[in-house]
Amino acid sequence: MTSSRQAAEEAAQPPALTIDALGKKCPIPIIMLAERINEVPLNGVVAVLADDPAAFTDVPAWCRLKSHRHVASHELPEGGWAIHVRRNY
Amino acid sequence: MGHISADHPRSPSRPRLWRAGCDDWGVAYFDAASTEPLHPRAREALVAALDAGWADPARLYGPARRARMLLEQAREEVAEVLGARPDEVSFTSSGAQAVHLGVLGALAGRRRAGHRLVVSAVEHSSVLHAAALHERDGGEAVTVGVGRTGMVDPAEFGAAVAASGTALACLQSANHEVGTVQPVAEAAEACAAAGVPLLVDAAQTAGRLPVPAGWSVLTASAHKWGGPAGVGVLAVRKGVRWRSPLPEDDRERRRVPGFENVPAAVAAAAALRAAAAESAHEGARLSALVDRIRSEVPRLVPDVEVIGDPVARLPHLVTFSCLYVEGEALLTELDKAGFAVSSGSSCTASTLRPSHVLEAMGVLTHGNVRVSLPRGTSAADVDRFLALLPETVRRIRAEAGVRS
Repeated sequence: MTSSRQAAEEAAQPPALTIDALGKKCPIPIIMLAERINEVPLNGVVAVLADDPAAFTDVPAWCRLKSHRHVASHELPEGGWAIHVRRNY
Repeated sequence: MGHISADHPRSPSRPRLWRAGCDDWGVAYFDAASTEPLHPRAREALVAALDAGWADPARLYGPARRARMLLEQAREEVAEVLGARPDEVSFTSSGAQAVHLGVLGALAGRRRAGHRLVVSAVEHSSVLHAAALHERDGGEAVTVGVGRTGMVDPAEFGAAVAASGTALACLQSANHEVGTVQPVAEAAEACAAAGVPLLVDAAQTAGRLPVPAGWSVLTASAHKWGGPAGVGVLAVRKGVRWRSPLPEDDRERRRVPGFENVPAAVAAAAALRAAAAESAHEGARLSALVDRIRSEVPRLVPDVEVIGDPVARLPHLVTFSCLYVEGEALLTELDKAGFAVSSGSSCTASTLRPSHVLEAMGVLTHGNVRVSLPRGTSAADVDRFLALLPETVRRIRAEAGVRS
């Protein structure tokens, strides 16, 4: 499987869990993500909704530190992002 | 808090020994990158020059000649340490003013070459604000990104500079938030090959590390090396086109408007000479303390990322981020415990945006702590910090409901 196909499929995978952290300042969105990522099955996707600009950098950085996978960050029409994270272990 | 007061809130519980430069009533001052405490040589020079150098250096009578002599001597001393000619060096009213004049003046001098300005993504805000003004005036500003350690890729920087219409490039000598030393010599080679002048913001390295070769315009700030506040340095290499972006003024070789602060310039020069003379020994000593923090913090505190280049770095600065910790809470707790540190986390910034440096590096922006050690920092103070940090972080995490 090519990496671009893999990325496309991952991006298309619907989130198994959505965490609404809109209006919450970092590190709260990260704390919520860390608390709840194990609620989705292995390789399942969590969507973190956040509008603190710090979350845009910090969720992918958390994925790198914790060896999970940052799939994509989609801009939300009302501001902020849906940041998709795949549970790796 | 300039005077010594017997009823200072910290004084009852803390040692009453005041060590110039690193100890303010028992507070371990670890924020040298914001401002280095005044060097004792600077204090002596300042007091002497307040008496001897008060007159207008532009006039012709005795006290004026004495002030001019002091100013020119200060200029020669600063030029020597920075590897410049005295007639290339002007004193400004701050490091930020030196950057603003340096960037805008070099752009104005190169107007016929083009309107393209190349900067790294992790420059000091004074560089980025000057770039924003250039854009508002119809110019173009191109930002070159950095890698995970905050270092610019010289090839990428060189490619950006080589594009036609580039009037000026800016690269800091070292980053003020994470300490990474930039590949200035390689960037300078690329600039020379493209015929583009390079402005080097040396605010974090002047007096601490050798000045990198190849600059066209060099800027620095005296209070970062132990001089007084209110003195910056703008050096423009002979032959580099530069035109003042400000109204005409005949002070400082027509580069900086306003009456020179001669006593402060004298003190700045004294501090720079002293800092440079001490830098080999003191830099190595502080660097060993920084290495200790770099290795101990991740060992003592779970879920911490030490950021910035571990090798190509400033001798006295280390930055780390603690997962699940609010930067402001950590700074407040450390302040209560007697440690003055800084943070790039958004909650500690007036803009409520995280540091553009941490964002550009793609590293954690929350729970961020910058430790920058002033001259004279004791190993005991660093040990005290390392002893206190794990419990402080653990408590803040517990209060936020983080299960470890």
